[in-house]
Amino acid sequence: MQRIIASTLREVSFYGAVAFFVVLTAFPFYWMLITSLKSNPDLYNVTNIPFWFNEAPTLEHFRYLFEDTLFARWLLNSLVIGVCVVAITLVTALPAGYSLARMTGRSGEALGIGVFLTYLVPPTLLFLPLSRIVASLGLQNSMWSLVLVYPTFTIPFCTWLLMGFFKSFPREIEEAAIVDGCSLFGAFIKMVIPLSLPAILTTVIFTFTLTLQEFVYALTFISSSAQKPVTLGVATDLVRGDIFFWGEIMAGALIASIPVAIAYNFFLDRFISGITGGAVK
Amino acid sequence: MATIAEPAARTASRFRFILDRREVLGSIFVAPAILYVLLLVGVPFLLAVYYSVSAYTIYDPSWRFVGLTNFRQILQNPVFLETLENTFLFTFASQLLGLILGKFGALLLLRPFPGRKIVRALIILPWAVPIALASVAWEWMFDSLYSVINWTMITLGIIDRSEAPNWLGNPHLAMLCVIVVNAWRFFPFAIVIFLAGITSVPQDIIDAATVDGAGFWRRNYQIILPMIFPIVAVGLIFGIVFTFTDLSIVFLLTNGGPINATSVLGFQGFQVGILSGDVSHGAAISLFMLPVLLLMVVGMLRFIRRREI
Repeated sequence: MQRIIASTLREVSFYGAVAFFVVLTAFPFYWMLITSLKSNPDLYNVTNIPFWFNEAPTLEHFRYLFEDTLFARWLLNSLVIGVCVVAITLVTALPAGYSLARMTGRSGEALGIGVFLTYLVPPTLLFLPLSRIVASLGLQNSMWSLVLVYPTFTIPFCTWLLMGFFKSFPREIEEAAIVDGCSLFGAFIKMVIPLSLPAILTTVIFTFTLTLQEFVYALTFISSSAQKPVTLGVATDLVRGDIFFWGEIMAGALIASIPVAIAYNFFLDRFISGITGGAVK
Repeated sequence: MATIAEPAARTASRFRFILDRREVLGSIFVAPAILYVLLLVGVPFLLAVYYSVSAYTIYDPSWRFVGLTNFRQILQNPVFLETLENTFLFTFASQLLGLILGKFGALLLLRPFPGRKIVRALIILPWAVPIALASVAWEWMFDSLYSVINWTMITLGIIDRSEAPNWLGNPHLAMLCVIVVNAWRFFPFAIVIFLAGITSVPQDIIDAATVDGAGFWRRNYQIILPMIFPIVAVGLIFGIVFTFTDLSIVFLLTNGGPINATSVLGFQGFQVGILSGDVSHGAAISLFMLPVLLLMVVGMLRFIRRREI
């Protein structure tokens, strides 16, 4: 009997602790959702129960967001920035990762670590000179400045990620292609790339999410509303004077969060092994 | 016919010959990435160092060398000293809180239970979602009038409506808020790091220790913790670097206020260098991050090299 009580207590405290963690992490997102669906009179009444609808839910905030703000434009900007940065990152990081893993021996290893360490150089150290460089290139206040600057952190990260992948890539495949008459370059294009599609897909997803998460450079370089990416637009552009449009802000934050949240859950393990660089075997 | 084709074939083969040399192709492959990083990380970094010893502002872009004057002036500014203190407090407190929550969370998620995948997905959210978006959600939760946290406390009878805290308006509470939000953002990362470490410890080592009579705590602190130390250290380095240099949480939640109570280095650099246009002083403020960053880089080198041997 005593044993049953003890084990029940243990189970209850275990699930209680799990529930605590889930509430802690997920509540702000529930809060986004419920705020975005509430009508304004319901939202701005301190006597109402905030956790649930006191009046009928409404899609008004979403309608306003898409019809009366630049939200759709921000989404498009983020998409364009993301696609361009992904392209730049793939073209540079894919050969670099392969080369550092396979072609340059021990010096490649050191160079790879050097490139990875630049990922630790923070935007708040570089934003002043970069904003001057961006201005002198005539890209001030333009989303193309972000296309130029974002690869400074996506290239180091993805080169490192791909380097790890290519180290475990079987050498025999490349050798077989060369024996069959391919050049080294041909072997890379015709054999290595098609067989690396999973790693390339991971790189694409992470580059894209990193561009969506970035805030500091966007805040520094861009002040005109029409050029903002979605993260910056939602966080800074839905305030008129001192009035926050909370329903619209939360609706926008929710829409922009969902794709990143999904992507992370699918690729989490690869991300972790990339970021820790195999510090454990 | 054959004589016409011959020269063309020769250049082609010479071209192939160069591309077939491993070191040559290797250098060509790696060059674009290195160049990009050198031009847009290396050059700006040197530029930042030069700005900090010049009189450069956006209104008067002069390259006049002024030595360490900027640094001297900054160090005499009490607001800057407060900022420096805030930055260390912000980093240390939020990383400590994040590590504690992370360790507990990892212990929970180690055990299989129904719905573990969904729980993991929900717990990852704060770290996956762009921090700027999560910060505005927190700002709304800390609202001076419609704060859901205050509503809950009032309804539960913990506090009275008249004495409801103004989270972001009180200097001490505002600091607490930015620390909590940053810890909230990083602890899922700590959970994942701990999990990755713990699951990589071979089961037979743990079994052997158990057979030899090691209990739960002994297994945890004398066997597992030393084995996962490198991966935890790498995770912690990332946490420290991104917290120490953070700008977005403070910018969105408190805008450095009230009265500079939550101003941190990244924010101060932005305020002075970008908003006020005083590039040289802004750069000098940002460069105060450098000693800590260098320390972190040295730490990273130690732990990341380990795998090669």
